[in-house]
Amino acid sequence: MAQTRTEKIVIDSLKARGKKERNFRLFGVSAIALAVIFLAILLVSIVSKGAPGFFQYYAIFEVELTRERLDPRGDMSDQSLFEGQAKKIINEAVLEFTGAKNRSEKKAARSLLSNGSDVRLVEFVKNNTDKLDTMQKIKFALDDDADSYFRGFIKKETPEKQRRLSDIEISYLDKMKKEGLISYEVSDYLFFGSASRNAEMAGIKGAFIGSMFTLAICFIISFPIGVATAVYLEEFAPKNKFTELIEININNLAAVPSVVFGILGLAIFINLFGMPRSIPLVGGMVLALMTLPTIIISSRAAIRAVPPSIRDGALGIGASPMQATFHHVVPLAIPGMLTGTIIGMAQALGETAPLLMIGMVAFIVDIPGSVTDPGTVLPVQIFMWADFAERMFIQKTSAAIIILLLFLMIMNGGAVWLRRKLERRW
Amino acid sequence: MNQNIENIVKCRDVSVYYGENKAINSVSIGIEKKSITAFIGPSGCGKSTFLRTINRMNDTIEHCKIEGSVIVDGQDIYDPSVDVVPLRAKVGMVFQKPNPFPKSIYENVAYGPRIHGLASSKSELDEIVEKALKGAGLWNEARDRLNESGTGLSGGQQQRLCIARTIAVEPQIILMDEPCSALDPIATSKIEDLMSELAKEYTIIIVTHSMQQAARVSQKTAYFHLGNLIEYGDTKEIFVRPKDTQTEAYISGKIG
Repeated sequence: MAQTRTEKIVIDSLKARGKKERNFRLFGVSAIALAVIFLAILLVSIVSKGAPGFFQYYAIFEVELTRERLDPRGDMSDQSLFEGQAKKIINEAVLEFTGAKNRSEKKAARSLLSNGSDVRLVEFVKNNTDKLDTMQKIKFALDDDADSYFRGFIKKETPEKQRRLSDIEISYLDKMKKEGLISYEVSDYLFFGSASRNAEMAGIKGAFIGSMFTLAICFIISFPIGVATAVYLEEFAPKNKFTELIEININNLAAVPSVVFGILGLAIFINLFGMPRSIPLVGGMVLALMTLPTIIISSRAAIRAVPPSIRDGALGIGASPMQATFHHVVPLAIPGMLTGTIIGMAQALGETAPLLMIGMVAFIVDIPGSVTDPGTVLPVQIFMWADFAERMFIQKTSAAIIILLLFLMIMNGGAVWLRRKLERRW
Repeated sequence: MNQNIENIVKCRDVSVYYGENKAINSVSIGIEKKSITAFIGPSGCGKSTFLRTINRMNDTIEHCKIEGSVIVDGQDIYDPSVDVVPLRAKVGMVFQKPNPFPKSIYENVAYGPRIHGLASSKSELDEIVEKALKGAGLWNEARDRLNESGTGLSGGQQQRLCIARTIAVEPQIILMDEPCSALDPIATSKIEDLMSELAKEYTIIIVTHSMQQAARVSQKTAYFHLGNLIEYGDTKEIFVRPKDTQTEAYISGKIG
């Protein structure tokens, strides 16, 4: 069979072409493999470092809940409980257990439990008034140094001068362990505690609620404004130099470093309008400024993806442009708009820098009750914890990062679910 | 031209520009009431553009400028005082590609009457929907699936749904922009039968690529070429004895 000239040339070149394609595929696969490896390393590292942060060591002590001592006024009011001798009762129990005699021994014994133990006892009494005047076994968190000892970060072999626990303290802890007082459990402080300098008591609740408030404000402001802007620019705005300029600026805003928005918020909201510092309201407004370009750009893309035939169909039977837009175009574009919004919100959730500028980095123990109460947010909390020296904050930081990541995954999952649910085919 | 039949659309010296580009060059034409008029011509000759001037759908196109006068039912539709909403309720349009809304069949048909407030009660709206679907020959196929999505219908059914959607508003004129170009021959013949039926009630103007279709359905035919109206007259005349050589060339298949 004779080959034509074309056939011959084509067949000769096949090998080189095939090689090029194989190389390109190999390149693509290796790029993806590399990305997957990095992702796996990241996840394994975060989870293995962070998982212990979800747990902490507790010691169970039996204490006598004498009514007169805990509630001197006898009315169970916060003031009365505050004046009570909760701390003393706990210390007595610890001293009795350890058998500490001299001053330094007593001091060592008293330092083993968390500083917040008396608050815990008072809380217990408040919730269990019927248990007053009985002996109760209550679980107290260990002080963070004691916690670190059980985790193996503080070693007996280290010379006493170079470790944060004295020999006496270690001997007491060993005794507790031997007698079965120590338990390793899911940390309730992590989820229900708020900012604290005591690592064992620090939790994310305040920051979590602060994040919720901030995101809510951010959404309430940025979604309607973003969508309205996108709809106006796509459907109604006259196409002239001015709208072109606005479009270019919106696109550029999406690339502005977030800290700049923080400075803007500081200058406008706080300095000019005199709004208070550190509050989720201002934080949400700053994040809304940052999120707006993302929402506008994705909403415009979503509107542009609606086939013009739908618009024509509505206009063709006499719908006004407004009706055609809001009855047909916007409902079809909503899934895309929401996806863009949630991506923008997820970005806002992880943002630290602009919030530092408006003072949401303050050390605030109280859990915010409204958007005008001072508060902080998860990433800023992580940022602060990462800066603290205590060993236990490393685990807390990792645990908080995992929670933040879970939160992000839930939001992204929500975006996918919403898109699936609202998507309509045409 | 038959003078005792009323012309519902009268166009005088209509020119359409897209920016600098002149798409329609001074066209004057009168469209007879309750008849089918076909616009034919090669691609890009401006027949769709011209069709869209009759209900001002060109308004949605950037940089589109119109000169001359278009009188629909005694009213100059390019008068500044004219609102396009009542105009488009009077002059409905069916597009090349079936474009039902991604809603139920019922909602598709009910949309027009609803936005114009034509029905005062649910039962009245039901009646309008039924009448429109019957008018579009879709009632028998759709009566049991009114709540199913309009996009789930076949192409031909979708196009008839779009016709039902248009006639639910009870317009006087229906503009059809190549309504069968995306359909198979059987669906096409159904639409053509439907057009003949609709012509008893409505004035229909159809843009078509198919000369056979123009010959089959229309009473009048206008031949466009490069933005000019070359020849306009009774369909039979045009197809049997075209006066213009360009028309003849197109009809006999030499150009186009």
